[in-house]
Amino acid sequence: MALINKNAAQISATLVSNNRVGQYHQLIINIGDLAQACKPGNFVAISVGGETSSMVLRRAFAISRVSSSTTFGGTMELIVAPHGQGSRWLCAQPEGATLNLVVPLGTAFGVPTEPVQVLLVGGGYGSAPLFGLAETLNARGCRVDMLLGASTAGKIYAPMEGKRAVNSLRIYTEDGSMGQMGRVTDPIASLIKDMNIAVIYSCGPMAMLSAINAITSQSDVVHQCSVEESMACGIGICMTCVLPVADETGAVSMLRSCIDGPVMDSAYVQWDKVGQVL
Amino acid sequence: MGQSGSGLMTSVDLTTTIGNAWFPNPIFTASGCASSGRELSQFFALRDLGGVVTKSVMSKARTGRPTPRMAETPSGMLNSIGLQGPGIDAFIAKDIPYLIEQKARIIVSIAGETVEEYSTLARKLRSVSGISAIEVNISCPNVENRGLVFACDPDASRRVIDGVRRTIGGELPIIAKLSPDVTDLVLIARGVVDAGADALALINTVLGMVINLDTMRPHLGGKTGGLSGPAIRPIAVRAVYQVHEAMPTVPILGMGGITNGRDALEMIAAGASGVSIGTASFGNPMALISIAHELKDLLSAKGFTSLRDAIGFAHRIEEA
Repeated sequence: MALINKNAAQISATLVSNNRVGQYHQLIINIGDLAQACKPGNFVAISVGGETSSMVLRRAFAISRVSSSTTFGGTMELIVAPHGQGSRWLCAQPEGATLNLVVPLGTAFGVPTEPVQVLLVGGGYGSAPLFGLAETLNARGCRVDMLLGASTAGKIYAPMEGKRAVNSLRIYTEDGSMGQMGRVTDPIASLIKDMNIAVIYSCGPMAMLSAINAITSQSDVVHQCSVEESMACGIGICMTCVLPVADETGAVSMLRSCIDGPVMDSAYVQWDKVGQVL
Repeated sequence: MGQSGSGLMTSVDLTTTIGNAWFPNPIFTASGCASSGRELSQFFALRDLGGVVTKSVMSKARTGRPTPRMAETPSGMLNSIGLQGPGIDAFIAKDIPYLIEQKARIIVSIAGETVEEYSTLARKLRSVSGISAIEVNISCPNVENRGLVFACDPDASRRVIDGVRRTIGGELPIIAKLSPDVTDLVLIARGVVDAGADALALINTVLGMVINLDTMRPHLGGKTGGLSGPAIRPIAVRAVYQVHEAMPTVPILGMGGITNGRDALEMIAAGASGVSIGTASFGNPMALISIAHELKDLLSAKGFTSLRDAIGFAHRIEEA
């Protein structure tokens, strides 16, 4: 049985900076020593709306990067799309605001022990945690190539400094407004054939993850994906964020994406049964 | 003297009883909102609670309802889990020993599709040591057939409790968990008490629905869900008040949207001997502990030296 991230703690933390980046907000939050416990793929659950809020549930966000600065101590970066009521509140918080967090939560991307060739695939702002992962993989000596896709240019998140850890970056938009017109999944099959890719790491909409799985399941490539199901608690007690996953014996059960995920081995996820009754 | 007499304020005796079961304080998890305690133990010691009410368990492993299973609503949420769980055998093998090792007091919640299934579950639990009480959940709204919500039918409610009582014998307290979605809650409460329930858990979630305007269809995979959170608290307070008024000697575990110490005291004043915390833990993993502290301080500030003196206090004021 999977257990909650053993480093998870509830803390009050200061918002160090809040910058609009295109359609997204980049939030830097001081989390002190907990930054060292955050791994690429982990997420944070944040209270929204203030003490008298009618929003009773936390909002979960992938941690895009952590760093240790001499000025602020340990910080984490989040890339937030102000789409819902809760994320709009968060993006409206001023620098210096105090946030209530539970962090770090969930599983992390597995990093290969050998310097192998890897492909990172991000959809929309799902690309955010991939840049932190790219730095980790790069430091491990892996060759890191990245594909980013979105419906339109404004939804591509690709910061300049993030590209440093990436050997190549290709962008795909469905309307052709940035990079190549098409879907981010279009080139994957040929890339697997042409390059010696050992692992694909992905983060984005479930349909994208499922489409990547359809390609990797025909190959020896390992596909680690960060899944997305709506969550109420983020700490494994509400049982809302489940999806069907097989174990080694083939037995399928409904696993919590907050504890057994968000990073999962795509080969075990029963993509055709997501959202269905088993 | 209170159990935690180290505070600077007047000591308050927080101990409570439900049937013949004793608890060091009146703060419990709500069934289905803490799994079997492992996850919350990352944030506090389970033995610091009055007790852990485990997620309702059925005879067999169950995968539950399709996603989406939740929708946030104003001051609340809908859930549509559908009693996902490991089944009673795995639960007894894995979860009970864990909770005993944590020195937690355990209330096991059971749910069945038939009267017989409840009795079967009770039979399996009869020989398990370390359990303080059994909660008989006859009111889960997230089942395919609303006819299966026993707590909406006085006769069916009685039959379930009668079956469990006969099977379990006289030792272990039985807590019947009831639904507020009925016309006459007191009638159903009387029925289950007559059938052998020692106590009542009030209230289960309130049946609700959200329509997704993008799809123009019900948002939840299971279409309907149970509404919980502060939005339903006045309904819960009313239910506890009405039932306590009718049966003042029957202990009530009160729940429904309790988020802080004042909410807990409100429920206690209405007639609850203990309170369960559910949705508040989703937003704040430390909610159970902070509510316990706030309740103690509030009782002390109001001059209570014992929790027992506050139980049902709202009724006494009326009589004065």
